[in-house]
Amino acid sequence: MPEITANPAPLTRKDFVSDQWVRWCPGCGDFAILAQVQNVIPTLGIPREKFVFVSGIGCSSRFPYYMNTFGMHTIHGRAMTIATGLKCARPDLQVWVVTGDGDALSIGGNHFLHTLRRNTDVKVLLFNNRIYGLTKGQASPTSELGKKSKSSPMGTIDRPINPVRFALASEATFVARSIDTDVEHQRSILARAAQHKGSAFIEILQNCIVFNDGAWSPVEDRATRDDNALKLEHGKPLIFGKNRDKGIRMKGLSPEVVTFEPGKPPADLIVHDEQASPAFAYMLSEMEKPPFPHPVGVFRCVVEPTYDQRMDEQIEQARKARAPDLAALLAGPETWEVQ
Amino acid sequence: MPKEPKSPMEETATKPQSNKQVQEVEAVTIRFAGDSGDGIQLTGGQFTNSTGLAGNDLSTLPDYPAEIRAPAGTLPGVSGFQIHFSSRDILTPGDAPDVLVAMNPAALKVNLKDLEQGGLVIVNTDAFTPPSLQKAGLAANPLEDGSLSNYRVIKVPLTSLTDGALKGMNLTRTQVDRCKNFFALGLMYWLYERPVEKTLAWIESKFKKVPAVLDANKKALLAGYAYADTAEMFHEHYRVKRAPIAPGRYRNLNGNTAAALGFVTAAHLAQRPLFYGSYPITPASEILHELSDMKAFGVRTFQAEDEIAAVGSTIGASFGGHLAVTGTSGPGVCLKNEAIGLAVMMELPIVIVNVQRGGPSTGLPTKTEQADLLQALFGRNGESPLAILAPATTGECFSLAIEASRIAMKYMTPVFVLSDGYLANSSEPWRIPDISKLPSLRVEPPSDPKSFKPYQRNADLSRPWAVPGMAGFEHRIGGIEKADITGNVSYDPDNHDRMIHIREQKIANIAKEIPPTQVFGAKNAEVLIVGWGSTYGAITAAVRDLNAAGKPVASIHLRHLNPLPSDLGDILNRYKRVIVPEMNLGQLVMVLRSRYLLPLISLTKVKGQPFKIHEIRAKVQSVLDGKE
Repeated sequence: MPEITANPAPLTRKDFVSDQWVRWCPGCGDFAILAQVQNVIPTLGIPREKFVFVSGIGCSSRFPYYMNTFGMHTIHGRAMTIATGLKCARPDLQVWVVTGDGDALSIGGNHFLHTLRRNTDVKVLLFNNRIYGLTKGQASPTSELGKKSKSSPMGTIDRPINPVRFALASEATFVARSIDTDVEHQRSILARAAQHKGSAFIEILQNCIVFNDGAWSPVEDRATRDDNALKLEHGKPLIFGKNRDKGIRMKGLSPEVVTFEPGKPPADLIVHDEQASPAFAYMLSEMEKPPFPHPVGVFRCVVEPTYDQRMDEQIEQARKARAPDLAALLAGPETWEVQ
Repeated sequence: MPKEPKSPMEETATKPQSNKQVQEVEAVTIRFAGDSGDGIQLTGGQFTNSTGLAGNDLSTLPDYPAEIRAPAGTLPGVSGFQIHFSSRDILTPGDAPDVLVAMNPAALKVNLKDLEQGGLVIVNTDAFTPPSLQKAGLAANPLEDGSLSNYRVIKVPLTSLTDGALKGMNLTRTQVDRCKNFFALGLMYWLYERPVEKTLAWIESKFKKVPAVLDANKKALLAGYAYADTAEMFHEHYRVKRAPIAPGRYRNLNGNTAAALGFVTAAHLAQRPLFYGSYPITPASEILHELSDMKAFGVRTFQAEDEIAAVGSTIGASFGGHLAVTGTSGPGVCLKNEAIGLAVMMELPIVIVNVQRGGPSTGLPTKTEQADLLQALFGRNGESPLAILAPATTGECFSLAIEASRIAMKYMTPVFVLSDGYLANSSEPWRIPDISKLPSLRVEPPSDPKSFKPYQRNADLSRPWAVPGMAGFEHRIGGIEKADITGNVSYDPDNHDRMIHIREQKIANIAKEIPPTQVFGAKNAEVLIVGWGSTYGAITAAVRDLNAAGKPVASIHLRHLNPLPSDLGDILNRYKRVIVPEMNLGQLVMVLRSRYLLPLISLTKVKGQPFKIHEIRAKVQSVLDGKE
């Protein structure tokens, strides 16, 4: 292995901006995400040469070209497999995957499941715009039922998938959601994901201005977002609304929305717990449409040994048990001498 | 009635003195056959190890069903293991067995047609019951109806003899039944003067946690040996002298183990860790098993969720600077090809082992074929050149694993290794190499970040391998066409044209390093045989036989299928007729005809079985006779 040299100078956003012209449509939500990633990673105290960004195919997957780090723009759906091999080979690296709803959930669905359930230490950013943008506007696996698109002129007839729910069912150890237009929130979630040891999944609700404009307008538009987005905060009650006058509590085994006088929340509101049973996070993920708000923030965050760490441990264990002797290995258990 | 065997516990592990005659023979081919639950592969493996120790040259061919346990006693459930051993060097597992050991009627029915006339049949008479005969679809008992009159038949009540030998050991019916293969093995050890010590030691270590089974298996083995020595039915036994083999230390080795050892050795020589990403598939899984047990050597094995993830992980590990390998069989390659194309475009070194099996689709998972050459050459979209190697022997599965790794890292390219089910599972004695004499595979990383350009090439046209962690070498690569030198995205038509030609030329450059092609056989030959892969043994043995009979024939064997050796065209033009035998419908011949515009003769076989020597001989004879 080549010598690993620490970069002594403090890093800034500029250090992570590549010399490539950013080729997304004007007004695309991807610009905001790129800017926030470039803002957050210099703050992590990790040398630039230790970052690798890996992507698949789709608009979002152009991302690595714009990051002045090591990077790979790979093939459709397979970024997570390449990131997994890289992280297993090189646990010293910080590996990020940038993907989209088609790339991760349709063609790459199998790898998404297995990467998360193994808890390989990779960070997965899924830009969810609910449409195939690069191929010019077909319905995606997150498009709402009945979505009219070039490939579904009478409306889609397949039920959409919820990425957060998929991640939770795959037993991911860090599952979060953020919004392209909310830069503050994005920054805090990106920093949390970067610091998490294990698979970290973030769904970023992202607007495709050309093929699916307004897909997330209830939670993005200034006028409506506070009434429609619920910011999850660990240890705090589930409160939302422009006037902070709505909350979530349990009614039997189901959640319900309760309205109250601002500043006087009822005592029985649910208090968010990132380490609670995955069933709790799953319940939160089911809140998508009014009267329920759309939750953003960290749904679940628990610490478990990572796949790459376990791989390392087994290698260490094997080395301690048996000193590597290549000549003896080649000879095998039974040999004979010919004179 | 057989005499009561000597108490096995009184036996020493050394060979008892026999009063019977010894007949010397040059070579013997034995096939063990029984139900897939009878432990036939294990019995064959033990016989193989003891034969290596006895100093013979040998070659084996296991033949087992794809089902783990096909219905007991049925024809599809028959498992076979053939071993050919000799006092001279041999190249194949033998065309036809001289001896058939049949554990049940189904095994007899399936295998009898292959036996030489006058061959020896040893049958377990206890298994020839009416229900077993019926399961095998036999209307009459072949032991009684005269259908074996052309063979020498030795009837041994194996089950009841084993039962007798293990009397008083408090074993279940099933446990006793599982020992009968060791009784048969002991009998065969006596018949061919094989040492029993290694198998006794193997039983000791294998069953040390189950002392009752350990004792029973040892007893059964020794009882079988003693039975053969004392029973009246064997009047002589056979001696196969030691073969004149090059001096050195030897072991038995099959192709899959050889490949695993080759990659570990390549990583050692390259001073890089080994990464192996794979998904279980017959007949390649043993490579994954072997490497998974080599963690002490820093080997990282990753059992992926599918074939695509397996090759993807390999590409990731390669980007990280590891020697990265993936292994599979034909159907797996279908799934991997898009990602292999990515490695072609990103110019990253990976090795893909394809242990070929019968196809298309699921095909014949446990049988051998060579029908994936064109898939390796052309199975990807676009102009997607890569290097292809094919080992000729199990030993070459080791040496070509190293060569494939060397080419991959030196030329920054994916490399295919086309092994097959026959090489994977058959074993041969292998002279253990001295690692200190093997050349280094080290490739230097780029050293100057200021002048670094991801697609700046050296004299071989290889680009530099800069890996994450190297400060100042940060760069992006991907599947979109690369701009020459900078590696940035480029849609420029002239650049695309230039890059396609560069990638093609880079692979063609490998031919400069291919050693001159060795011609085997008669100097005055008129007919040349061109082989590749596992057909080497049958072709070479056929040429040897034909030359001994004065026939003007020679052969060459290609290890490099892409690029082809640069002297190949000249060699092909030197002969009146050229025959290309392949276990497919003529894939190499198609490549050679189009490349050299010569009227080559194709000899094909697609039965899931390797070529037999006589099949090659017959084709050459027919060509020599002017019949084609």
